[in-house]
Amino acid sequence: MLPRRLVHLVIVLLGITLVTFGLLRLIPGDPALAILGSSYTHARAVAIDNFLGLNRPIWIQYGLFMGRLARGNLGFSFFYDLPASTVIAHHVAPTLFLVIYSAVLAAAISFPIGFGAGLRRGGVLDQSARVFFTLSFAMPAFWLGIILIIVFSVHLHVFPLNGFGSGFVGHLYNLFLPALTIALGFSTVLVRSLRAATIATLQAEFIDTAQMKGIPWSQVLWRHVFRNAVLAVVAVYGVNLAYLISGTVLVENVFALPGLGTLLVSSVADRDYPVVQGVTLLFAVLIVVINLLTDVVQAALDPRVGQEIGE
Amino acid sequence: MSTMWAASPSELLMRAATKTAGRRRSVTRRRMTLIAGLVMLGLVIAAVLLAPVLVSYSPTAIDPLHPLAPPGTPGHLLGTDQFGRDLLSRVLYGGRIDLAIAFGATIVTLVGGTIIGLVAGYVGGKLDSFLMRLVDLFFAFPFLVLIIAIVAMLGPSVFNMFLAIWITSWVAYARIMRAQTVVAKKQQYVLAARALGYRPWRIMFRHILPTTASAVILFSMVDAVGNIILAASLGFLGLGTQPPTPEWGVMISDGQNYILTSWWLATIPGLAVVFTGVAFSLIGDGLADLLRAGDR
Repeated sequence: MLPRRLVHLVIVLLGITLVTFGLLRLIPGDPALAILGSSYTHARAVAIDNFLGLNRPIWIQYGLFMGRLARGNLGFSFFYDLPASTVIAHHVAPTLFLVIYSAVLAAAISFPIGFGAGLRRGGVLDQSARVFFTLSFAMPAFWLGIILIIVFSVHLHVFPLNGFGSGFVGHLYNLFLPALTIALGFSTVLVRSLRAATIATLQAEFIDTAQMKGIPWSQVLWRHVFRNAVLAVVAVYGVNLAYLISGTVLVENVFALPGLGTLLVSSVADRDYPVVQGVTLLFAVLIVVINLLTDVVQAALDPRVGQEIGE
Repeated sequence: MSTMWAASPSELLMRAATKTAGRRRSVTRRRMTLIAGLVMLGLVIAAVLLAPVLVSYSPTAIDPLHPLAPPGTPGHLLGTDQFGRDLLSRVLYGGRIDLAIAFGATIVTLVGGTIIGLVAGYVGGKLDSFLMRLVDLFFAFPFLVLIIAIVAMLGPSVFNMFLAIWITSWVAYARIMRAQTVVAKKQQYVLAARALGYRPWRIMFRHILPTTASAVILFSMVDAVGNIILAASLGFLGLGTQPPTPEWGVMISDGQNYILTSWWLATIPGLAVVFTGVAFSLIGDGLADLLRAGDR
């Protein structure tokens, strides 16, 4: 199992560095000029040309890029007057917190609904969930966030308008609306998958066997149906992590949270290219690593998956 | 290779939709979904195109005497924004950009991705492995982050937004179409066509494509919803349409500054996005039902 996966992983990681490296080449005109912006001096431009190797062949430039990457050097942010890696490190915590928080909330929302809808197809829960999630699929996350702010912050005064809060409980409280916004969007996918998985599992022969053995129905539901249906959803989590992260980028901007998404967008406005490049790279690597973890978790939960991958 | 690069949320939705939707629905109800979607989309297109007839205000005409008028104000059905610009007019004119993205970005990536997937699946070999590794690579990035990064480098504008979507969004179509082609390639009708000595392009485009196109067409409806939301998202982040040109995302972003006093500024353009998105979703669901009914 492992060697093939690792080879694939290395290829994808190399590809990611190639794409991130290529991003700076998309800038029309002179990259040194664009990176320096208003802090342009001839000496600095020469320094950047040397740093990026702009006067050398493109493969040497890529080699330089990889060499710096290996030492954790993402370039220098002239906007913040700090190394880009330092700037990025300052913004990681709110984003990680928000991604995990919304993933947990999404599970709390969609597990009961998806499971219930699958058990009683066509029932009230199933029908209303279908209508609600058809709507939420067409709903921009940032708009939903603003609506939640209008209802819960402006009119009901239950939650703060924005901000990250302090301390763990403060974060939980302050980030509830942002996390709920992302979780509602993500639940669309989870509910549909869990519903479909529940229906499929209910039709499996081992459910009949379990019933015939005289196991109480509640036990069958919990230990056989629910467990198997949730297994299917673990994969959905990993696959849709990109979706969660896209939601995070938007929602951080709505709620003015000091995370990577806000940093990414403000860096675009400030033309802080090394930071844009670094954040993109970080997100992609994060996704690859978590996808790998999802596969490992899945293989641990379900022996069949491990065998499938091993083929 | 299991699930690692399996699907985007929209792809999963599409699969879930084709598997579970409408199993017990009657033919009329199936058609109803499609018709409802088409009527809603028709309304949106008509309203957006007929904007000059429907409203007398220019979307950028400033009226400093009547800022932030609430909906229902005489003369301003949906109220006015902070500069006294008519909100209805801005919603109608603003929809032009979002609809242009929904159609323009979706059609180009649909055609491009389909051809790439078709050729990769049919020709196979090194070309296929290369293209599919490329597809894997795009799926490794969070879609929105990659598009933001590309727009960042090219510079924020509507055209660069199109360009960024074209660069990144063909991959889903290529993957779906390739999977279909690989299966079709081994079927009798393709083998027969090959035995008759037809050229590859004729087999690909006149035999395989017509029988397998339904999957990508269904996905394009889901993708159109995604592209409308994407256009609005980039506008919201200030990376697409630039003010004072109206666009739904830009309007929501502007309106966010006034949520304490004027809820309608951010709410109404968002409702327009949801309405249009639901229209595409219903068309997609309706088509899926009809096409599967045709299979049986």
